[in-house]
Amino acid sequence: MTLEQFMNEALSPWMREIGPENDIVLSTRIRLARNFANEIFPVIADEEQQLKVNNFFYEKYNKRSFRNYGTFELIDINDLTHIEKSVLVEKHLISPYLAKARAGATLVSENEQVSIMINEEDHIRMQLYFPGFQLKTALDEAFLLDDWLEEKIDYAFNEDIGYLTSCPTNVGTGMRASVMIHLPALVFTKKINRMIPAINQLGFVVRGIYGEGSEALGNIFQISNQITLGKSEADIVEDLQSIIVKLIEQEREARSRLMERSQVHVENQIFRSYGILKYSRIMESKEATTRISNVKLGIDLGIIDNISHTILNELMVLIQPGFLQHYANKVLTSSERDVLRATLIRERLMLENG
Amino acid sequence: MKCSECNKRPATVHYTQIINGKKTDFHVCDVCATNKGYITHTEETYSLHDLLTGLFNFGSSKIDLQNDNLFTEIEELQCNKCHLTFNDFQRIGKFGCAHCYTTFKQRLDSIFRRVHSGNTKHFGKIPKRQGKHIYVKKEIEQYRKQLQQLIAEEKFEQAAIIRDEIKKLEAMEEGDHS
Repeated sequence: MTLEQFMNEALSPWMREIGPENDIVLSTRIRLARNFANEIFPVIADEEQQLKVNNFFYEKYNKRSFRNYGTFELIDINDLTHIEKSVLVEKHLISPYLAKARAGATLVSENEQVSIMINEEDHIRMQLYFPGFQLKTALDEAFLLDDWLEEKIDYAFNEDIGYLTSCPTNVGTGMRASVMIHLPALVFTKKINRMIPAINQLGFVVRGIYGEGSEALGNIFQISNQITLGKSEADIVEDLQSIIVKLIEQEREARSRLMERSQVHVENQIFRSYGILKYSRIMESKEATTRISNVKLGIDLGIIDNISHTILNELMVLIQPGFLQHYANKVLTSSERDVLRATLIRERLMLENG
Repeated sequence: MKCSECNKRPATVHYTQIINGKKTDFHVCDVCATNKGYITHTEETYSLHDLLTGLFNFGSSKIDLQNDNLFTEIEELQCNKCHLTFNDFQRIGKFGCAHCYTTFKQRLDSIFRRVHSGNTKHFGKIPKRQGKHIYVKKEIEQYRKQLQQLIAEEKFEQAAIIRDEIKKLEAMEEGDHS
């Protein structure tokens, strides 16, 4: 199979779409946690009780379609190989938690923008992805999806404390709104270190999504709300919206300042990264993310043209261990992965120039 | 600026704490900040779950100090649907079913307050189908406020329209319940 065919099949179509503020914001996600009013929560339910919930979804929602997301397909986690699970995690269609669940399943929409995880920490974790910066659209769509499910499900809901979830950190709205954002200039100028505490104070969390702990590989951060009780979904989204708008402004300013002061150095970094990605034979994942981040910055600054804006979105997924092994169709050692990673990146960049 | 804890080393950590809207500034040195727990160098190994479990336990020990009788009662609290005890809840940091929220109700506000910046009440979405009567109730409340306003302004004709709307909604609600 050629890389092009593989990518067409393997990458979610929305990942290759260009969204608003695409030069900085990679994607927007809304997640809603819901539970059945009368069933034991999956965290302590036995297998029989969990299968009851799975079967409910199989009967009522498998092969149904909703709005323009296409048909929903129910995937039973226990039917998947280890590599297939990793691929779904890397595409963010399931959580690492669900991949290890005893009786987990997920309903994935045909266009892979929506996934409804079943028997995760809560009975239902629905999530919707949008390319670029689209918080309000994402919230509207999430509410419609929620209403669609609620037509057939009695939710655990209480007038005073809202949607009841397994973990007290999700009670109330059950909503986690998050934005994935690329901030190379704010990281380079170390400005981000001063901004994170301010964002935390507003009840929002900043995390690197790749890499461990506080390290943000590829200068990619995920910003999401911490509080789910006492604030409406619309208010949470509005607050997040204004934080992101500020970050975009600051990042753009830092970028143009960098270009004014040291254009040659910036260009040098970007073209070196581009060259290394284009010609390397061995590429570790940490280096790859840094180089790809630089190339993406180069595209956004107009230094590199003829490369699609979604390259960062695409490559960050393609170079993950699960994906590489899915492409090779076998289990690979870490050094075999580094070789294949270099090959895939080279070929992906060749597709652009061709 | 010198560290406000040791008054020797320069203050390098500037920290603002906001608890229930009350703002306190700290200016301390790295050493004191670590000792006082304002910053931690082992962030990676300290998961959100550890933090939460700590919060819950803190809740119970506070209760213990204040009221011995209440504490023994809590020991025996058990959800009659999923059989999770309050102790289990504190240990795993998760509820076992929707009914747990009723069973442990009296103990939860302090936990919610800690986790959600002092909030204990939901202000968001209401389920469209299930929550129909809640919607109507809120709508009636809204109309009542309007009605008061209109009467105060002596706009009686408009008030009469609103009053009829309220009656209509109330009749609908009663029809639903019977």
